[in-house]
Amino acid sequence: MDFLTILQILDSSVRLAVPLLLACLAGLYSERAGIFDIGLEGKMLAAAFASAAIAYVSGSVWIGLLAGIAASMALSIVHGLASITFRGNQLISGVAINFLAAGLTVVVAQNWFKQGGRTPTLEGPARFSEITLPFADALSGIPVLGPLYAEVISGHTIIAYVAFLFVPLTWWILFRTRFGLRLRAVGENPAAVDTAGISVIWLRYSAILICGVLCGLAGAYLATALQAGFTKDMSAGRGFIALAALIFAKWRPVPALYATLLFGFLAAVATRFQTINIGTFRVPVAFTESLPYILTVVILAGFVGKAIPPRAGGAPYVKER
Amino acid sequence: MDTMPKWADIVLIPLIGLILAFLLSGLMVLASGQDPWEAIKIMVEGAVGSSYGWGYTLYYATNFIFTGLAVAIAFHAAMFNIGGEGQAMVGGLGVAIACLFIPWPHWTLALIGAMIMGGLFGAVWAAIPAWLQAKRGSHIVITTIMFNFIAAGLLNYMLVDVLKPVGAMEPATAKFPEATHLPSLNDVFLIFGLDLFKRSPVNVSLFVALAACVGLWALIWKMKLGYQIRAFGHSEPAAKYAGISPTRMIMISMIISGALAGLMAINNVMGEAERLVLNSVEGAGFIGIAVALMGRSHPLGVLIAALLFGFLYQGGAELGLWTSIPREMVTVIQALVILFTGALDNMIRMPLERFFLARAIRARAASTPAE
Repeated sequence: MDFLTILQILDSSVRLAVPLLLACLAGLYSERAGIFDIGLEGKMLAAAFASAAIAYVSGSVWIGLLAGIAASMALSIVHGLASITFRGNQLISGVAINFLAAGLTVVVAQNWFKQGGRTPTLEGPARFSEITLPFADALSGIPVLGPLYAEVISGHTIIAYVAFLFVPLTWWILFRTRFGLRLRAVGENPAAVDTAGISVIWLRYSAILICGVLCGLAGAYLATALQAGFTKDMSAGRGFIALAALIFAKWRPVPALYATLLFGFLAAVATRFQTINIGTFRVPVAFTESLPYILTVVILAGFVGKAIPPRAGGAPYVKER
Repeated sequence: MDTMPKWADIVLIPLIGLILAFLLSGLMVLASGQDPWEAIKIMVEGAVGSSYGWGYTLYYATNFIFTGLAVAIAFHAAMFNIGGEGQAMVGGLGVAIACLFIPWPHWTLALIGAMIMGGLFGAVWAAIPAWLQAKRGSHIVITTIMFNFIAAGLLNYMLVDVLKPVGAMEPATAKFPEATHLPSLNDVFLIFGLDLFKRSPVNVSLFVALAACVGLWALIWKMKLGYQIRAFGHSEPAAKYAGISPTRMIMISMIISGALAGLMAINNVMGEAERLVLNSVEGAGFIGIAVALMGRSHPLGVLIAALLFGFLYQGGAELGLWTSIPREMVTVIQALVILFTGALDNMIRMPLERFFLARAIRARAASTPAE
């Protein structure tokens, strides 16, 4: 394997890690506040469609992005109604949201564009363009580091850089602000938060709305940056890989970055090589693709460091009567 | 607090949920510039208007009975088995291996063999997450989701690298031998001289599915094991106090659940396709969730809900054929059914409870004489 191939794989690792990272951080806010969210996938898909459709119609990717975020937040509110206001089962609500997005995007896409459930191809200002970071060309002469900077770090879209900025930001919000402390508390012991006179309902709603915004970014990235338009089921299980990454990272922001980069790398390897030969042993591509899930099960099983979810996760909060 | 009569809990609430789901779907059809009434007519005509349509409706319903029962038995033990899809996939692998590598003399024996293999494979695929839940405390929902994806990977590998006949392009097994082909319902009715369900895939697996309904009903409500599973599902500490082992309950309920999901393969793999292809389950594992919720985890309810979803599936396919409404509309209806009968259950329940409470108070006030 030559240096150029390695560079290309690393570059596509980063590209593929971005939606995972955004969705993973989205899940982080929600689950840290005690709301399980297996609807990340559906929210991403809805945002992907809305952003592509509106970007195509308006010709501006920024309006598309806003539409994507709005679509994702709308589903967040449905999830909130089901799991916070009506104290329903959060997992069932998540399943419903995934199906709702999977069906609705195709139905609406077919109705609007009549292209078999996809949007027309996005061009020019209807897509996010790649940003070349300063000195990328000038520094590319430096051996190893120069091309690494030019190929892997530079040349991504604005959403990618925003996603990476969200890692320290999330850390700061969760562990250095009053809001973050309360958010984490409401996921561990909502009764204590309630006793302190802080609204559990309001905190949980704000957590899932942040989750909606981030899923919206992830979906918009898929349809307007990674690809040029929406295709049916284009989230392709990424919401679940993000969920896996969240467990892998044990619900912490910085490890979430590493986990999503690892899973992005695995995805990049799986798309690049159909088979990998290690000595005489042949690794099938299906194995590389399944590896994130297998790793997550191993972590969940607690054989390699135990992953303990927020204690009040999944349980609706009932005020004492 | 028993504020509501039982019939309201069992019949009225799912019915209202269903009506809400259909109303919203109808509005969506209306918003897309189509006539909802026309859409319903096409669906009814296509799904139950002919014995051919019925054949497809019943074929889909057979799938959903298996996966619905699978989710239902797990619900009774307070387990959410979201892995029916993966268990059915792996069950298909078991059925394919049974059909391809054992020279069966007759389809009856092949069916029994395939049931054992499909059930066994599905059960193993559910037993691993169950064991991880019981012994290591890993959340069953997350592990079963992961196992769905791992099952897809496993199936992909098996079909592309192992079971695909030499020289074939498509990732699928060879056609199963003639002796393993299940009689279709058409063949069964021809014995009586009736030419019903012609060219439709419904087959004798339907009877296995109906038997499974009866069997599961007997297990849950007539046997000690079923009582233990329900007791465990209602309250783990109470069950523990009564000497019921949580590990045993989790394992048994999930193994039955996985076996039922795996059994689905005798219908779609052995009965219909007569070979194993990549996307053979087609989301039936997930529809099981909607079916179990809608049917209130009761085998009879599951049967009715499975028929309803069979109708939706076949009707939706017809809708995609004759109108510009894509068949994904069915996915939307399915999502709304899950939402209203599952997640937003309280939204319907709370006002109803208030209504029945008010009525009960009024009735009591009327029966006591004025002072």
